[in-house]
Amino acid sequence: MSSTTNSPTHHTSTIGAIGAPSRRNTELALLVFAVAIPVFAYANVGLAIDGQVPAGLLSYGLGLGLLAAVAHLVVRKFAPYADPLLLPLATLLNGLGLVCIWRLDQSKLLQQIHVAGGKATNQLIYTAMGIALFVAVLIFLKDHRTLQRYTYISMVAALFLLLLPLVPGLGADVYGAKIWIAIGSFTIQPGEFAKIVLAVFFAGYLMVKRDALALASRRFMGLYLPRGRDLGPILVVWAISILILVFETDLGTSLLFFGMFVIMLYVATERTSWIVFGLLMSAAGAIGVASFEPHIKVRVQAWLDPMREYTLSRTPGVPGVHSDQLQQALWAFGSGGTLGTGWGQGHSELIRFAANSDFILATFGEELGLAGIMAILLIYGLIVERGVRTALAARDPFGKLLAIGLSGAFALQVFVVSGGVMGLIPLTGMTMPFLAYGGSSVIANWALIGVLIRISDTARRPAPAPAANPDAEMTQVVRPS
Amino acid sequence: MSELTLTVMRLGFLAVLWLFVIVAVQVIRSDLFGTRVTQRGSRREAARPQQPGRQQTRQQAAPPPQRGQQGGGGRRGRNAPTKLVVTEGTLTGTTVALQGQTITLGRAHDSTIVLDDDYASSRHARIYPDRDGQWIIEDLGSTNGTYLDRSRLTTPTPIPLGAPIRIGKTAIELRK
Repeated sequence: MSSTTNSPTHHTSTIGAIGAPSRRNTELALLVFAVAIPVFAYANVGLAIDGQVPAGLLSYGLGLGLLAAVAHLVVRKFAPYADPLLLPLATLLNGLGLVCIWRLDQSKLLQQIHVAGGKATNQLIYTAMGIALFVAVLIFLKDHRTLQRYTYISMVAALFLLLLPLVPGLGADVYGAKIWIAIGSFTIQPGEFAKIVLAVFFAGYLMVKRDALALASRRFMGLYLPRGRDLGPILVVWAISILILVFETDLGTSLLFFGMFVIMLYVATERTSWIVFGLLMSAAGAIGVASFEPHIKVRVQAWLDPMREYTLSRTPGVPGVHSDQLQQALWAFGSGGTLGTGWGQGHSELIRFAANSDFILATFGEELGLAGIMAILLIYGLIVERGVRTALAARDPFGKLLAIGLSGAFALQVFVVSGGVMGLIPLTGMTMPFLAYGGSSVIANWALIGVLIRISDTARRPAPAPAANPDAEMTQVVRPS
Repeated sequence: MSELTLTVMRLGFLAVLWLFVIVAVQVIRSDLFGTRVTQRGSRREAARPQQPGRQQTRQQAAPPPQRGQQGGGGRRGRNAPTKLVVTEGTLTGTTVALQGQTITLGRAHDSTIVLDDDYASSRHARIYPDRDGQWIIEDLGSTNGTYLDRSRLTTPTPIPLGAPIRIGKTAIELRK
């Protein structure tokens, strides 16, 4: 906390939180609020579609409330000083996601093409599993610094997880992207879990290597150029992310993976040149892959001219796969306007495939309008802000880097998905954290929130009292001569 | 369901959603303004939990001693010292704002001013305001003694403004 410079002219200052109230009651109040909002939305959907309060209101409300209560009690017991906002914000997003998935379940069109129907119940089960993992993280991870011991094991584990979908017989090719593995009737997206494990590796690695990366460099045209051997790891990570792009045709994960590394590298070394390098390298990689990988090429074309794709998808006899999804999503956002059509009164089911997963934001855009989308993006922003704040408050470099990496990955994922759905960047196959339908995503993101809460508990915990008598040396006695 | 009810629910839902965001931001506010910058040495105050955040920051911004003194008694008014300054020794230049709190001096790590001085004891001396707001120095049974001006302290003694207090190789004084 305090530094001990002996320079007479420099005054050092310490920054500390006053007191350190645990704020668990604030969390509880916000949590009640966060459960009440989805219940309201649920009743609203029922009233708008069927003209009556849905029969499942009580069970869904109780289910979400019970999960939130369990999570809150565990936080109260095992992480009493944790950030009070992370849990309510995540609960609200998860609850709104559940409502939206249930709303799309009511659509006859989506039921016919087996995209919707009973998915809300599944999602509630996934949420329960997510909360279970969250609870497990808080109970078994007493101190986030134990993760530091597993730096290289996490590297191997992350690569293993990322490569799993390529294993023949295990990987499942779903609509062009090979990012799922199929175990029986379950499909899992290992990339979502790899995100957290990779953050642990990067944090552990950069904590050790950051001085070499930051200090041993030559200055060239205002940029600090790192030495070749220090550049090695970033090149390896870049190559791996390109390989994922090529073999799994998964633009999103590759972007997330590389972006997270660049963010953590920047935070660890405080060198802007890494950001410049990172942007250049990701641009080069993306352009290179987009020009020869057909799956990505289609995505880029759809991004550049969604209307053309829409027309082509309606014209019989046109070769190749064309999808009207993006245009439908843009129309959904447009018809929502400022205040939206209201829950249950939009027509976002026209997006058809992936309406309740990758494109779920379009339903929010149509039915809640710009006002609702902004609120949702702000809630994501607040989660990221709490993560960054946790990183600022953390006392150990590993915790700092891990918190910044996890919140950076979260932010990148939100940006990549919402940017893709809104037509800002090419569409990638990723899910909106907590909102979208998908087991892996919900479970992995609850684990991510769990790790962030663990770090924030350590960071906000008041410093322990100093030892009783730390003075080893004896006081010297002045002898008058 | 009537059109009116649905419109009210639609707008009501947006209002509730935004209300949640605003409440969440309010919770963050306390975190943003709840930190304070303390000068080195006054870690004691930083650990003091009873005052809520807003008050603390304001105290920091306004000239602090006036408030501290007003609590003790208005008699001394403008002549009260506002800060303690280290004038000799390794900590030269360090200042601690006097805010009505007890300041402990010594080599122990939990002292308000941790002296890096071989001739100081772990718990050497303390400086505290008495009921009238007068600052008193008391030697805590140190090995080498505490000197006010040139006389060794035997009892708690009021500190005049600008008088050097010597502890080992360190000298401190109170200033306005």
